[in-house]
Amino acid sequence: MEQLLDITSWILMTLGGVFVFIGGLGALRMPDLYTRMHAAGITDSIAPILIVSGLILQAGLTLASVKLLAILVFLLLTGPTSSNALASAALLAGKRTEQAQPYVPESKE
Amino acid sequence: MTVIFGVFLLTLLLITGIAIVQTQNLFVSVMLSGMFSLLLAANFFLLDAADVALTEAAVGAGISTVLLLSALAITAKHEKAPSSNSNRVVALIVVTVTTLVLIYSTFDNPRFGDPNAAVHQHVGPWYMEKTAEAIDIPNVVTAVLGSFRGYDTLGEVFVVFTAGIGVLFLLGTPLGPFAPGNPYKSTDPKGLRHYLIPRVVGRMLIPFILLFGLYVQFHGEYGPGGGFQAGALIAAAIILYALLEGEDRALKVIPRGVLIGLIAGGALLYGTVGLFGIFLGSNFLDYSVLSSDTVHAQQMGLILIEAGVGITVTGVLLSIFHAFAARGKF
Amino acid sequence: MYYAVIFALIITMGLALARAIIGPSVYDRVLAVNMLGTKTVLLLAVFAFLLGRPDFLDLALTYALINFIGVLAVLEFFRNRAAKQPGEKS
Repeated sequence: MEQLLDITSWILMTLGGVFVFIGGLGALRMPDLYTRMHAAGITDSIAPILIVSGLILQAGLTLASVKLLAILVFLLLTGPTSSNALASAALLAGKRTEQAQPYVPESKE
Repeated sequence: MTVIFGVFLLTLLLITGIAIVQTQNLFVSVMLSGMFSLLLAANFFLLDAADVALTEAAVGAGISTVLLLSALAITAKHEKAPSSNSNRVVALIVVTVTTLVLIYSTFDNPRFGDPNAAVHQHVGPWYMEKTAEAIDIPNVVTAVLGSFRGYDTLGEVFVVFTAGIGVLFLLGTPLGPFAPGNPYKSTDPKGLRHYLIPRVVGRMLIPFILLFGLYVQFHGEYGPGGGFQAGALIAAAIILYALLEGEDRALKVIPRGVLIGLIAGGALLYGTVGLFGIFLGSNFLDYSVLSSDTVHAQQMGLILIEAGVGITVTGVLLSIFHAFAARGKF
Repeated sequence: MYYAVIFALIITMGLALARAIIGPSVYDRVLAVNMLGTKTVLLLAVFAFLLGRPDFLDLALTYALINFIGVLAVLEFFRNRAAKQPGEKS
C-alpha cells in the first residue's frame, strides 16, 4: 500500500513537472504576447493540481493536507484571474496582433 | 543534492542581479527586483531559515514592489545617464576590490553546517536548552527574538516606527482627492469596468488574507511567523483593497488618525510591557513577573510584544503606501 | 523522489527569467514574474516535503496570496499611466 501511494504520487508529481516545463518552454518560444500568456496560464492551472495532489498523497490526513488544499484553491483562483487581468490590460493599452483584433460590433444603421 | 539546488538558485540570483544593474528602464528593474526577492526567499527556505524566508516573501515581493511602483509613478521612467565615465571606472574598481577582499575572507570560514563551528558553541546550545524549560515553545527563533534578546527587538520596532515617521514628515501632506485645489478629483469609474474579474476575486480573497495574517501572528510561537510577517500580510490585504477599490475608500476603512494611532500604539505596547517588568519589581522587559507561573508569564509576554510589533508594522506600511499613493494618484 | 519535479521547476524558473530579461514589451515581463511566482509557490511546497518539515507550508500559502497583489499593483500602475497620458505629464 505504501509502495502504491509512493509510486502514484511520484507519477503525479513528475507529470506536473513535465507540464511546468512545457509551460516554461512555451513562454519562452511562442511568437507573440498573447500566445505566451496562453502557454503560461494554462499550464499554471494544471501543474498545481497534479503536484499538490501528489504531495497530498504523501502527507496523508494531517494538517499539512489542509494547508496544501488551501494552496491549491488559492492558486486556482488567482492564476486565471492574473492572466485575465494581464491580457485585458495589454489589450486596452493597445497591443494588437494579427490574431487579437478588437471586437467592433456591426453598426445597425 | 540540496546543495545542487542551492547552487542553481544562486546562479539564477546572480543572473537577475546582473540584469537589474544592466537595464536602463526603471520599470524593468522593479520587476526584476521582485523576482530577485522571490529567488532569495526560496534560497533562505533551502537553508532552513523559515522565519526569514517568510518575511522576505511577505515584504519583498508584495509590498516592496507596490511601493517601488508607486514611487515610479511619481518619477521618471528611465535611469539618468551617468555624468562622466571616470565615475564608473572608479566605482567598478571599488566594487572589484571589495569583492576580492570578501572572497579572501571566506577562506577562513568554517565549513558550511559544521557542528564544531564557533558560532554553534557558545550561546546557541544554551538557548536551545533553556527555551524548552523556561519558555516551552517549539519555535526557538521566536523565543530568542522575543524573550532572550527582547531588547534588540524593541530597538527594531523603534526603527520601523522612525521609518514611518520619517516618511510621514517628507510625504505626509495629503494631495489626495480631499485636499483643496487638487486637479485629480476621483478615480474614473470607467476604467474599473474592464477589471471586473480581478475585483470580484480580489474582494473574495481579502478576508482570507486578513485571517491568514492573524494566523501567522499568533502562530509565531509554533511555526514560522511572528509580528513582522503578520504586519506585512495585514498591510498587504488593505493595500489590495486600495488597489481594487481606490485609495480613498481604503482611507475610509482605516482613516489616517487610526493609522497614526497604530504606528505609535504598537511601540507603546511593547514599551509598556517592558515597564511592567519594572513596576512589578524586576528588570526591564523581564516577562517572568507578569504572572505567578513563570513559563506562562513568558508566553503571555511574548504574545503581547508580538502583537505590538505586528500593529506597528501594519501602521507603518499602510502609512507609507498612502503617502506615496496620495502624491501620484496611484 | 522529488528531484524530478524540483529540477523541472528550477529550470522553468530559469526560462521565466530569460523571458523577463528578453521580453520586448513590459507585459512579457509581468507575465514572466507572475509565472515565476506560481512556480516559487510549488517549489516551496515541494521543498517543505523534501526537507521533511511539512509545517513550513505557511510560506507557500503566503506567497500564493502575495503574488496576486504584486501583479494587480503592476496593472493598476499601467492603468493610471494610460489614464494620465492624454492629460498632463506625470
